[in-house]
Amino acid sequence: MNSLIVFIILIPLLSASVLGLSYMYSIKIQKVPRVFFTAIAVSAPLASLLLGVFFFFKMQGETKVFYYRAYKWLSIDGRDIDMAFMLDALSLFMVLFITFVGWLIHIYASGYMRDDDGYGKFFFYFNLFLASMLLLILADGPLIMFIGWEGVGLCSYLLISFYFEDEGNLKAGNKAFIANRVGDFGFIVGMSILFFYAGTYGFDYVHLAQEIPKVPTDILSYAGIALFVGAMGKSAQIPLFVWLPDAMAGPTPVSALIHAATMVTAGVYMVARFHFLYDLVPHVGLYIAYVGAVSSLFAALIACWQKDIKKILAYSTMSQLGYMFIAVGLGAYSSGLFHVFTHAFFKALLFMGAGAIIIALHHEQDIFKMGGMRHKAPMLFFVMLIATLAICGIPPFAGFFSKDEILLQAFAKQEYLLWLFGVLTAVLTAYYMFRLFFIVFYGSHVNTERVLHPLHKSITYPLIVLAVGSIFVGFLGLPQVLGGDNLIGQWLHDFAQVKPLHVGHTTEFMLMGLNVLAACVGIFIAYKKFFTCDLSIEHTMRGWAADKFYVDELYEKIFIQPYKILSQFIGNVLDLKIIDAVVMNSSLGFIKVGRFVSRMQSANTNFYALMMIGGLSVLCTYFLIVLE
Amino acid sequence: MDYILSLVVFFPIVAGSFAFLVDAKSVRVFGIAVAIIEFFLSIVLWLGFDYGIDGMQMVEHFSLISQFGMSYYLAVDGISLFLVILSTFMTMVALFALSIEKDIKNLIIAVLFLETTMVGVFLSLDIILFYLFWEASLVPMLYIIGAWGSERRIYAAIKFFLYTFAGSVLMLVGILYMGHLYYETTGIWSFAITDWYQMVLPFNLQLWLFGAFFLAFAIKVPMFPFHTWLPYAHGQAPTIGSVLLAAVMLKMGTYGFVRFSLPLFPDASIYFMIPIAIIATVMVIYAAMVAYAQEDMKQVIAYSSISHMGVIILGTFAMNTEGISGSIFMMISHGIVSGALFMLVGVIYERRHTKMMREFGGLASVMPSFATIYAIMLMGSVGLPLTIGFIGEFLSLMGFYRIDWIITMIAGTGIILGAVYMLSLYKRSFFGPLVNDENKKLKDLNFKEYSALIPLVFLVILLGIYPKPVLDPISSSVKNMIRIMDKKVINKESKEILYKANSIGGGR
Repeated sequence: MNSLIVFIILIPLLSASVLGLSYMYSIKIQKVPRVFFTAIAVSAPLASLLLGVFFFFKMQGETKVFYYRAYKWLSIDGRDIDMAFMLDALSLFMVLFITFVGWLIHIYASGYMRDDDGYGKFFFYFNLFLASMLLLILADGPLIMFIGWEGVGLCSYLLISFYFEDEGNLKAGNKAFIANRVGDFGFIVGMSILFFYAGTYGFDYVHLAQEIPKVPTDILSYAGIALFVGAMGKSAQIPLFVWLPDAMAGPTPVSALIHAATMVTAGVYMVARFHFLYDLVPHVGLYIAYVGAVSSLFAALIACWQKDIKKILAYSTMSQLGYMFIAVGLGAYSSGLFHVFTHAFFKALLFMGAGAIIIALHHEQDIFKMGGMRHKAPMLFFVMLIATLAICGIPPFAGFFSKDEILLQAFAKQEYLLWLFGVLTAVLTAYYMFRLFFIVFYGSHVNTERVLHPLHKSITYPLIVLAVGSIFVGFLGLPQVLGGDNLIGQWLHDFAQVKPLHVGHTTEFMLMGLNVLAACVGIFIAYKKFFTCDLSIEHTMRGWAADKFYVDELYEKIFIQPYKILSQFIGNVLDLKIIDAVVMNSSLGFIKVGRFVSRMQSANTNFYALMMIGGLSVLCTYFLIVLE
Repeated sequence: MDYILSLVVFFPIVAGSFAFLVDAKSVRVFGIAVAIIEFFLSIVLWLGFDYGIDGMQMVEHFSLISQFGMSYYLAVDGISLFLVILSTFMTMVALFALSIEKDIKNLIIAVLFLETTMVGVFLSLDIILFYLFWEASLVPMLYIIGAWGSERRIYAAIKFFLYTFAGSVLMLVGILYMGHLYYETTGIWSFAITDWYQMVLPFNLQLWLFGAFFLAFAIKVPMFPFHTWLPYAHGQAPTIGSVLLAAVMLKMGTYGFVRFSLPLFPDASIYFMIPIAIIATVMVIYAAMVAYAQEDMKQVIAYSSISHMGVIILGTFAMNTEGISGSIFMMISHGIVSGALFMLVGVIYERRHTKMMREFGGLASVMPSFATIYAIMLMGSVGLPLTIGFIGEFLSLMGFYRIDWIITMIAGTGIILGAVYMLSLYKRSFFGPLVNDENKKLKDLNFKEYSALIPLVFLVILLGIYPKPVLDPISSSVKNMIRIMDKKVINKESKEILYKANSIGGGR
């Protein structure tokens, strides 16, 4: 029974292998029809989703946590690490929305990529990604989680560099992989600390949770920070965020699935999963919350000055991830996860809508070259409006409830600075999102004759489903003050706040009103500036924010260039000209000595006679002295 | 089954001698047949291996020169078992992929001769016998590089030979001194390593003897700064030479540390633990940086070998089960992965007659299978979990974490730097536009190459997912070895360090 958990991972993995092999077959031997790839690729996430639903109903019964140990993976010195999986409320929650949104994005991608030569390869990577992501979530211990953690990074790399003829994509792919590796390094360090100090009886979450209270706090702090470095890499927080905007080089479904809805939230999931650790080190949690807050404001500022539609959305993803980290850092895990959940819907929708616009406009990504889409594509107008309202936090759309809950948590914990960061970001979010929206849909036409590329049904239908989701999923977490039950909070009660919040209902309503006000302020400014935006004139963005605060340039100067120069020096000078030269010179020394000594054997009889006499006289002298 | 070890050691050389009688046209098939039989013999050895015994088993012991206690003494344990299988497997696979036509007969005989010496090194427990195989292995390799290499092959071959030989001579002095010492203390001559394990040496003698052995092993590994022969040897060697050099011969050095240095001179090993760990760390980072600066694809992989060997050394000198088992597992994983990578470089070199990365670019679109297998091996090399590369690296670092977390952290940056040079290699060679006209008509892998590479791909993934059958015997033998060390340490401080290394929570 429990072994069915593994199939949630195995089905996409198997489907990926079939896709990979048949793609190879297709390019080597005989063309495989596209329909075959589509059928396999799209059915895998659906199957996992159905399994997830099945377990959802099972979980209503007695058993709340399902375990399955497949086999012993590593066993050293009596300490075993099993290839084992765990399905609890948290992992099921993640599985359900990932497979659901993932399924929709698969359908969308089947339309988006339909004319691509690498169709089979794309879905091979896509399903492989899904399998890795589900492995990350269903793992029962840090090391198994790490397998998925690295797996999603690999797939992200492969998908960013999907069009590998283009140098820019490759740079972006390498950047993503290496930035993530820096994070993974932190993750490994954190894991080692836990393994070393708390892994005596087993290296799974259950045993770790039991052992961790015995470990000194300062060591736990190190472990917590090191693990969070991993999250910084995966979830694009300062200072390891640089890869995410560049990752938009990948095809748009990739951005929607990996760089918005699922993979980037792995860091948030990780912190929530290690709640037993972070609960004990609240100061580390506070640090995480501040990193999140600063990242979120920083990204929102940059987003206000971008022109590329996907870049704007990428920075907004980073900004929303910042919110999630504020929540999980403050220990409000369920609030953070609620935002992960709603964000998956509206951000996937935003990306997919953006992708549809890009396709319709024949691969145009500059918002200032779009304009007037309201009449040309009314369907896209509506779905994008819903998604934009959702991300801005306008009730009753999904983003409102989750964002409100996070800000409420910050306020109730008397972290007013964090709260202020959050509110400021909310203003900016509303501003840059509506800036995008007004320019794209209301801006005066650039070239009216442009014929839109028709959109396939497989592209539009998922948009509608997600739009419906973006309206309604927020109600799953309807707070009690509005007469709701906060179903999400109840479902994740193990990860929710233990202590009740000491905030009165009036305050709660006031905060809510303030959030809506903040969003409205942002929308109003955007309306004033961009509602009647003339796109026939050139719009150039200048200033620090437009140039992304020169972070890339800074990293180039302090990390990449010195590393390159030092490598060149070591490789071409130190290794060859110094170390090897010392070795060669010392062996040449032998030859020199040999040459010198060889002169004695010059085949010159006179010289030999001289040597003999010399030797004899030395001997005679010696004997004379000794015999004396 | 009684003489299986002798059979495994001497079958290749005996069968190889018959190759002189075989016609040059069919000698390739003959060589492959011998290698396959030899591989199956080593599998038979594995099947006969008793997992319950953590010490030596299948012992074969005859006196050779009884006056001086020299004997023919072979035995196997968990540490050497998989190194033997690695040797036979890699030889077989390398012969599958062999495409050299020139003097093929001599080459095959040299490879089979080399196989005997490699297996002999791992199975000999009489140290004189060990030394014979150790030195004899240089000869066929010298010949392989010198006769079938590229332009500067003679220089590279002689450099390789003299450098490693110079180190070994000092070891011979150490061996003779140890033998003499054993005679003085017990009154009988013996060169059996199991006898020597019983002997407790004074600390200052340990230091000297450790040094004598150290140089031989360090040059073979090769440890920084004794590594400069390796890039030349790889640069000039033919593919089969590079494969065997990287996959097996380098492991002789690290095997030497595990089999001799650690249990014979435990106090000295612990005394030098931190300095060696620092050298290993330097090696990891230094070689990774040099690899990044290379233009030649083969040199990148050669330097990446040095970088990975650094992690192996680090794990070995962690002196605990995780570290040493991890390092032995990594010897095997690195053998498979680097062997495969050198083979892959051979594939492209044969088609284009260059190894310079700037000549390539966009290969993924003309040679998709080649690019895929390369990518899998690359992931094995950077240590992605569920590939074979992860486990050894992780355990080695984890092992040393108990000794010193700062050194481990610094060495651990190798996982970042490894990704840097490998991704840069892949980007430059396989991705990007297909510019060079000569690359446009390249053919993808042929049957011969598939037959060599597919088994390697399987192993890389299979052992990554399920390493238990290999890891279990290794770790139980390692545990046994640590017990021997523990019995022999004399200094109080080293005892404490050994205890700390082997207890959870740093002996808190």
